[in-house]
Amino acid sequence: MILDHDVVVLGAGLAGMRAALEAARQGVNVAIVSKVHPVRSHSGAAQGGINAALGVGDSWEIHAFDTIKGSDYLADQDAVEVMTSEAPQDIIELEHMGVIFYRNEEGKLGTRAFGGASKARTYFVGDITGQALLYTLYDQILKAGVKVYEEWFSTALYVVNGTCCGVMCIDMMTGELHLLRSKAVIIASGGMGRVYEPSTNALICTGDGIALAYRAGAPLMDMEMVQYHPTTLKGSGFLMTEAARGEGAYLLNADGERFMKRYAPKMMELASRDVVSRAETIEIAEGRGIDGNVLLDMRHLGRDVIMSKLPQIHEIALDFLGVDMVKDPVPVRPGMHYIMGGVKTDVHGATIMPGLYAAGECACVSVHGGNRLGANSLLDTLVFGRRSGAASSGYAKKVPAISSGGEFLTAEQRRIAALMTRPYTGETHARLRLELGTLMDAKVGVYRDATGLSEALAAVQDLKRRYQSVAVGDKSRVYNQALTFVLELGYMLDCAETTVYGAITRTESRGAHSRTDYPQRDDVNWLKHVVIRKQDGGPPAIDFVPVTITKWPPQERTY
Amino acid sequence: MKWTIEVGRYDRSQPPRPDASRGYPPPYEDAPAKRYQIFEVELEDHAMVLDALIAIREYQDESLVVRCACRSAICGSCGMWINGHASLACTTKLQDVAVNGKVTVESPPSMPVIRDLVCDMTPFWQKNLKVRPWLENKQPIPQGLEEYRVPNAAMEELIQEVSCISCGLCLMDCESFAINKNFTGPAALAKAYRYTADPRDAVTSQRLGDYSEPDGLWECTHCYECVSRCPKGVAPLDQILKLRRMAVEAGYTNNAGTRHALAFAESVRDSGRLNELTLMPKSVGLFNIPAQLRALPTAFNMLRAGKLPPIIHHKIPHVERIKAIFKKIGGIFK
Repeated sequence: MILDHDVVVLGAGLAGMRAALEAARQGVNVAIVSKVHPVRSHSGAAQGGINAALGVGDSWEIHAFDTIKGSDYLADQDAVEVMTSEAPQDIIELEHMGVIFYRNEEGKLGTRAFGGASKARTYFVGDITGQALLYTLYDQILKAGVKVYEEWFSTALYVVNGTCCGVMCIDMMTGELHLLRSKAVIIASGGMGRVYEPSTNALICTGDGIALAYRAGAPLMDMEMVQYHPTTLKGSGFLMTEAARGEGAYLLNADGERFMKRYAPKMMELASRDVVSRAETIEIAEGRGIDGNVLLDMRHLGRDVIMSKLPQIHEIALDFLGVDMVKDPVPVRPGMHYIMGGVKTDVHGATIMPGLYAAGECACVSVHGGNRLGANSLLDTLVFGRRSGAASSGYAKKVPAISSGGEFLTAEQRRIAALMTRPYTGETHARLRLELGTLMDAKVGVYRDATGLSEALAAVQDLKRRYQSVAVGDKSRVYNQALTFVLELGYMLDCAETTVYGAITRTESRGAHSRTDYPQRDDVNWLKHVVIRKQDGGPPAIDFVPVTITKWPPQERTY
Repeated sequence: MKWTIEVGRYDRSQPPRPDASRGYPPPYEDAPAKRYQIFEVELEDHAMVLDALIAIREYQDESLVVRCACRSAICGSCGMWINGHASLACTTKLQDVAVNGKVTVESPPSMPVIRDLVCDMTPFWQKNLKVRPWLENKQPIPQGLEEYRVPNAAMEELIQEVSCISCGLCLMDCESFAINKNFTGPAALAKAYRYTADPRDAVTSQRLGDYSEPDGLWECTHCYECVSRCPKGVAPLDQILKLRRMAVEAGYTNNAGTRHALAFAESVRDSGRLNELTLMPKSVGLFNIPAQLRALPTAFNMLRAGKLPPIIHHKIPHVERIKAIFKKIGGIFK
């Protein structure tokens, strides 16, 4: 079937729903397509909060500076100015939509402190801020009557003469392929956390949209910038929100020492995430860890603060580790959490491909540069979701309707049918996925070097070769997850390969990218983005784009 | 250790064909046949049910389908029946539910099934949509960078519902839903409370009127199943009871639910015990003869089973003390 819309949004997390809402307001025919129901999206897992300079004594310029410093001067400062100056209006709009933000004694929005921020400017709902925002936006989508194709899995972008004209999808319920033909497509499909094992990300974070855009010819940027969150739970790797430290939790090593005083004497535990994750990695490597972890100590906060402001992580630590954080410190370690890189866009979410837009974690504007500050990602999704919704609608109103697509639908049906009948040769998606994740965590993690990275590249390419013989172990048409897992693994391998290429290319240490063989930041040669574009039949093309500097020249970065 | 997982499987070679004329369940004319399949998995003692299912899906049988994403009770995907109760697979420890090392998982029988452990959540989402689950802004909306000024306590009152992850466990095991598929259901009514009690909402009274309609908030029978199933402490029944209070106080009393509650309270106030014989006529309306006639077969069956309440209703001793309590409570029952 071919279904027509003006704008199709791929992904139903915060960026996707905000984009769709904006497009609906602009009066275009918009639909969302998502491989899970909207409220299952991973935005719901964001715990700590959302940043905006709304308070007395704060300003968007200070927020911008904190963000740029946090990015290790790799963020494009014009984009950061857009995000931080529009943040207050977006937060207020969320409040008007019904988000039950925490209030101060005057009944106005209240804040908490967060990492890398010089002012307390994080607005929150307990430690379920992402969930509260996600549901409020879902409610708004229902109110606006936006069409959602839920549990539809995307297999390819439809590109005609270099212009994006839609998305091909499998309806999971029937196994049928359908072309969602549209004048514009917004990729808002989130990150690629599962490329790493372990990761704080949900099992659905497999970089689908990033890989689809890359395969269609849109360039990716700063893929080497992978954020490790300093506090992920021992073993399972679940997220222990930065809000714990925002509320005053300590990080301790095996000697009971608040070791951050040796790495970030001023900000201590609230230094930016790359700094804290490196400190923990060093502590553990030098033998001051406990079984590969350090301790997150909240006991001094008391039961009341923990239960009222951090109930979800209290529950997670209890469920998965049997630790009651009211009574005992929680073992944590740095774990893969977020990617700063993604599909290269401008401040309107537009990629270089006409008709193709991107917003949220899958996009790289770039506002996070080498390291994202906590509580800036929710903000990113809303500001650039809204902007891409507006820009794509404006574009869709100008271009004529598309009439082709039948041949592409037939070709995709054939490709999927061939995949379904591929014979079993011993390779499974599960084994390859695990190998990939373990490899990326070991060699493309907090610290990297040339030897490890070239090994990683060879290994990823070998996995890509083996991937060609992975069979689909389920022949049913209805809700065939084996098929979608195989397709996801393909996306993950593309994301992994570009990440390794980026990491090999950047021969300096900046933000989350720490090269032990190039330990210094090199502003003379590397104040630029690494841009990767797919080339048929060979390694990807690598270009560079200078960082946009407006008001804040790079300085030494201490916390 | 070694765990035995018994999985209720529904294989389906062709897509389900919706059959709107039959309502739900099942909305499909070709509900697939169920069979149980035994799997054995080697996992740590503290592993979750979901860990076992993922291990099976990844290394034993790729055709086993189960929804899951976050693995930590945030996304709400993995609601299913575990040993006959609606539970989240991701936070249910095998060791807590296993009987001799064995756990049974299946799609909840109250919901239409798509395949294996994947049920059709459409009824859940439809009910959610029914309660107008969005803020209807109180006017004027604050201008510029101004928020609505409301006390933090008013926001904290709503956080219990906002913790809901739409896993659907409450609906899956709801006793009222089992009998009346049109019942709005626990999660949707909790959501209804969340917007009704929001001081920024403009249509509180209309909401209460809508929710007081048949199949709405008076359809709940207080079985507490939703409270005990909910993995996030939402306690949907508590939210329903708060809504009922608001509805009665707002004057929405002309319905069977309110009449039932009032008749119940009156009987206790005046005699110290429940007069079951007058409860039904007073609930449906004393002059609602058709509804009373419809109840006759039930009364007849009760009579046969020796369950009919005594014809003559006796007061308890010192009933004036009960009256004094009612007087002190005040409100509509005094």
